[in-house]
Amino acid sequence: MKKVHVDVAVIGGGPAGLAAALAARSEGAEKVLIIERNTELGGILQQCIHHGFGLHRFKEELTGPEYAQRFVNLVKDTDIDVLLETMVLEVTPERKIYAVNSENGMLEITAKAVVLAMGCRERTRGALRIPGGRPAGVYSAGTAQRYVNIDGYLPGKRAVILGSGDIGLIMARRFTLEGAKVEAVVEVLPYAAGLTRNVVQCLEDFDIPLYLQSTVIEIHGTKRVEGVTIAQVDADWNPIPGTERKIECDTLLLSVGLVPENELSSQAGVAIDSITNGPIVDDSMMTSVSGIFACGNVLHVHDLVDNVSKESERAGRYAGRFALGTNNSVPRRVKVQAGNNIRYVVPHEVSSTEPVEFFMRVQRPEDDVVLDVGGLRRIRKASVRPSEMLDVKITPEQLQNLEGDTLIMQIIPQKEA
Amino acid sequence: MLKHITCTVCPMSCDVVLKVGEDGKVLSLTGNRCARGKVYATKEHTAPERTLTSIVRVNGGVHPVLPVRTNKPIPKDKLKEGMLVAAKVNANAPITMGDVIVKDFLGLGVDLVATRDL
Repeated sequence: MKKVHVDVAVIGGGPAGLAAALAARSEGAEKVLIIERNTELGGILQQCIHHGFGLHRFKEELTGPEYAQRFVNLVKDTDIDVLLETMVLEVTPERKIYAVNSENGMLEITAKAVVLAMGCRERTRGALRIPGGRPAGVYSAGTAQRYVNIDGYLPGKRAVILGSGDIGLIMARRFTLEGAKVEAVVEVLPYAAGLTRNVVQCLEDFDIPLYLQSTVIEIHGTKRVEGVTIAQVDADWNPIPGTERKIECDTLLLSVGLVPENELSSQAGVAIDSITNGPIVDDSMMTSVSGIFACGNVLHVHDLVDNVSKESERAGRYAGRFALGTNNSVPRRVKVQAGNNIRYVVPHEVSSTEPVEFFMRVQRPEDDVVLDVGGLRRIRKASVRPSEMLDVKITPEQLQNLEGDTLIMQIIPQKEA
Repeated sequence: MLKHITCTVCPMSCDVVLKVGEDGKVLSLTGNRCARGKVYATKEHTAPERTLTSIVRVNGGVHPVLPVRTNKPIPKDKLKEGMLVAAKVNANAPITMGDVIVKDFLGLGVDLVATRDL
């Protein structure tokens, strides 16, 4: 078995892995390795050919491949090693990585620090329990996106999309532009799950109907999808009898959520947050296992890649320092807690002496509110939406004013604030 | 006549209400919370534009298709025509991000450019 020793090993060559590797290298870690199972770097961005990426990072609207290419080019200009078509099988708490590829066979990579950047996966039909047969034509939206944008063929002519997440909305436009007919987008929530600009530019632009508080209750067809039955749902998401409607189609796309991919993390003993489905991390993005860091969609599902890059640079920087032995943490550990109308906050704990950036999501939409950061900061927000991640910075000076060791994030109405 | 336009400049998604005269001119505009919203809604009413992103066939690349975009937004009603033209394009690898694939796309003075190396 080939044995390799590195300072920082990054698992995953998508936007998170690329940014983390670059940051670790510029922090001074000499041997940095990216392990990627695909044939090329860039991750899911390569199939997100629409634009709207990089507004914060580059102050311009890039497409996914353009955003990826910029980071890939930066990596190419360094001596960062890249292993493509290499599958990581196991990560141990002692930071040994077992991987396999067809050139080397089995590999044992011993790393001083590991960055987990494996991203997330789409929720599948199995998670939804939709009755019906198993005809061809049911795809997750991301799979269909790959077929169209990377492999170059359209997997259907008449589609219904279940779920109004961003990928579903983007695919509604993509299918329409490619000449397919999108009959409907169906969403169980009373509001669209994706960003408003996507509802406007992907659905309204093409007169695609969006049915809220509705779901697909049956898939018709044996060999190929022949149609779906949709129905309105009550507050508990149960179909309301009498509201059923059959829509003829040959394709059903599912855009029903993303789940961080943490099989390797769990195996390594990394503690997982049951809300985010990602590792519990401190503000250096270190997980519960010393020397193992996490960033990007494996940590929590982001809506903007710009935030992934920012978070991953932090992870890479601290992973670099850990490998060099120059991490200096302070004894005080502040726990971060999700308060009123906050679903989760990342990082879960603060222990450094550097400014911290928190990422969080609300549970439900609310207007004219104040985001209260443990009483240390109050930020007015005209509106908060579950689909739009909030971020807020806290300086060490501000954190010093915190009484006790728990920082509570909460949303309060402006009237009460 | 009243016309609602959801501003997409930022995540606030203001519901901008335009009062439009019979000749299509904007008489007044409310609901926007900033100046950019006014510019966006006016433009969206008079001459809506979109950036077209799609793919073209490519020979000799690691993938059969290459992602492309217009380097500037084009009139919204030209999207379909743009797709039909892009469907007939055959590019040749190697390609570098930013390479012009179709110059003066649809005669609109914009270029269709590659969005990755291939």
